[in-house]
Amino acid sequence: MTLLQIRDLYAGYGDFEALHGVDLQMARGSVTALVGANGAGKTTLLRAITGLVPTKDQNIWFDGAPVGGWPAHRIARAGVAMAPEGRRLFPSLTVAENLDLGLATGRRGPWTLDRVNALFPILAEKAAMPATRLSGGQQQMVAIGRALMGNPKLLLLDEVSLGLAPTVVADIYAALPSIVSEGATVLLVEQDVGLALRNADRVAVMRDGRVVLEDVADPSRRDAVAQAYFPAAEEAA
Amino acid sequence: MIPRFLLIGAIVAVLAAAPWWADRGTIRLLVEALTLLALAQLWNLLAGYAGLISVGQQAFVGLGGYLLFSLAMFAGVPVLWALPLVGMLCALIALPVGALAFRLTGPYFAIGTWVIAEVFRLGFAQVGSLGGGSGISLPVGLVREIADGRGAREALIYWLALGLAVGVTLSVWAALRARTGLMLGAVRDDAEAAAALGVRVLRVKFGVYVAVAGATGLVGALAFLQRLRITPEAAFSVTDWSVVVIFVVVIGGIGALEGPILGVVLFFALREVLSDLGSWYLVILGITSIAVMLVEPKGLWGLLTRHREVRLFPISAPLPRSLR
Amino acid sequence: MDWINAIVQGALLGGLYALFAAGLSLMFGVMRFVNLAHGDFIVLAAFGALALVETTGFFPFWTLIALVPMFALGGYLLQRSVFNRITGQDLLPAILVTFGLSVILQNVMLEAFSADSRRIPAGALDTAALALPGGIGVGIVSLLMFLAAVVSLGSLDLFMSHTRSGRLLRATSDDQEIVGLMGANRAHLFALATAIAGALIALAGVLMAVKTNFDASAGPVRLLFAFEAVIIGGLGSLWGTLLGGILLGVAQAVGAQIDPGFQILAGHLVFLLVLALRPEGLMPRKA
Repeated sequence: MTLLQIRDLYAGYGDFEALHGVDLQMARGSVTALVGANGAGKTTLLRAITGLVPTKDQNIWFDGAPVGGWPAHRIARAGVAMAPEGRRLFPSLTVAENLDLGLATGRRGPWTLDRVNALFPILAEKAAMPATRLSGGQQQMVAIGRALMGNPKLLLLDEVSLGLAPTVVADIYAALPSIVSEGATVLLVEQDVGLALRNADRVAVMRDGRVVLEDVADPSRRDAVAQAYFPAAEEAA
Repeated sequence: MIPRFLLIGAIVAVLAAAPWWADRGTIRLLVEALTLLALAQLWNLLAGYAGLISVGQQAFVGLGGYLLFSLAMFAGVPVLWALPLVGMLCALIALPVGALAFRLTGPYFAIGTWVIAEVFRLGFAQVGSLGGGSGISLPVGLVREIADGRGAREALIYWLALGLAVGVTLSVWAALRARTGLMLGAVRDDAEAAAALGVRVLRVKFGVYVAVAGATGLVGALAFLQRLRITPEAAFSVTDWSVVVIFVVVIGGIGALEGPILGVVLFFALREVLSDLGSWYLVILGITSIAVMLVEPKGLWGLLTRHREVRLFPISAPLPRSLR
Repeated sequence: MDWINAIVQGALLGGLYALFAAGLSLMFGVMRFVNLAHGDFIVLAAFGALALVETTGFFPFWTLIALVPMFALGGYLLQRSVFNRITGQDLLPAILVTFGLSVILQNVMLEAFSADSRRIPAGALDTAALALPGGIGVGIVSLLMFLAAVVSLGSLDLFMSHTRSGRLLRATSDDQEIVGLMGANRAHLFALATAIAGALIALAGVLMAVKTNFDASAGPVRLLFAFEAVIIGGLGSLWGTLLGGILLGVAQAVGAQIDPGFQILAGHLVFLLVLALRPEGLMPRKA
């Protein structure tokens, strides 16, 4: 069953068009890794799906509904949540308050504050601390927790490993199976191709605002993925 | 290029000959219009290009007026020589004043300039030797020194006003044509990016603020020289020196030099038509300004040039983002 | 003794100034938007109270029952219909539109109510005073005013920290964009902030109408007082705003003691002093 369907998506920032015809499809319950060089449009694609980047008249279907042009809050209520690039926690709020805001979507489900704290125990410990005073890895947990509190059908993770030590990254990715088992479909942007191939079912490679390769995620596909990162010699000429 | 200059030159020439073809009342009206034009061009430069929205320029208008009277009455400076001196002094005073105001940003900067103007108003109202709250008139002896006879004096003041209006317009134009103009536009639009390119953002803005303050002071001095009398209320009036100026720029067209010219013409036409309505004319001005900002932010000039790119004063500086 | 009395009076008046400031500060915090007609709306509320009292003969504070909801609703609608279109990156439209609104309000009120200075008499309450040790007299109205300010600010504080809407408003002031991801409608949140500001404006207006003289052109000066209280106290801090208001009131009172004409100027000068020496304010939010 297809949860997310994107056809020929064009989007960008004002005069600057970052996505030039993206095609992507995600089955319910799958974990897809989105990889590609810097500037390929990965974050823009995630922002377009969540409605942070305007997508009027564009072909984006989420859970059967045409969400192109919907305002961000409406898409969030429909069940799309994101842990954004750079975490974007609210500095004036504590950890607990940041997590609680995830409930503003009004969606009920298995993810409650207790469940999130069980997944990332450190969050219960630091509940009353101003969110941005936590370490990078802990902040990332808050960001993911905050997204989970909205009990999303589709969870978007934008570069969760950025700037974090490998052990911390491992801790975060260790939580992925729990998240999937509770029913979420996951789209994650990841710079580290090895990490992406190990943790996802499918991989999509973006280049110059398009998805150029979409395949099963398996370490054996590594070379094909690496090749897709950059234009082939013939194409460049 | 050439026909445009001929047109402008012809208009200026006709205006320069006004003392011969216009009656006394018209001359006074023209002086009022010319000082308003100068102030409008200056505010346009400050807000539209340097991104400094001030609702406190009356501080310098009044300061200029009071400095002129003080220099003439207490320092014995001949009135006409005092004018450029006033401009310089106002620019000098703008240095510490600006330093204070610049601690605030955006809308709080705007209100901060208003507070400063109020401080000037209340401050000058306390100065006994300048008449305190009732103000003071320029002594007859000094008035006579300006020129031989009333006609000559009023003509002289008129020519000074014309020269000032033309000079300010041309200076602003020159600034916006040159690299300064591009720099200003860049600073206003994206200060971070401009700074990364090496533009000394703060310096540029501060420089514009000080220069505009000096010029505004000069205009103020001339305005009160014409009236021969100054009071704190009149000198630092928000309505006369900010409300009207801002409306003129907004309705005429912010961001283009042609805008204030159009705005001044429209303002006086409107004032004539609405003169019987008392304070309703300000209400109508207010409603018109709001309508303009919401519907056609480029004002009347923007409306006229929507389909045809017409430029009396071509400039390289880009318009504010909201106006593009 | 006069001095102490003056300072106490000034401090109590500061409560009113804090109320002037609270709405302004909230809107700026949440939306980075300053309504230059803020003071004029306070005066409008004052005239509203005056009109209601004159037609119904009710005790002035009853007018709050009508005016607070009216101004809250009005604020909500104004934000959603007009202000939301000019809230954003660019300063120019916001400042110019609200400046125009200020001029319109002042002149409409001038035409409607004339330039006369007015005040709403509160009967026996006007002269009622609490006698404190040391010969200090505290006007009951002043005291009520200060208490109203403290209660309002306290309620607002509780609202911001203990309700989801309040948390959303705080989050919006941190990061407008991401709030949308939480499923919160930004347009509604902005309007909520303005609605709260409207309620505070109505309260401030009614209190002002009873306490001081006001006229159609009193708006801009109230805006300046509100602004000064915010800056002196420190951006982003509710209790800082109360402190700022108190300091402003005290400065004015001391100025008035020196010379009656010096009152407002003294306040301005203290504001400039704080701006020069401690621009972040006395109790800025440490975010």
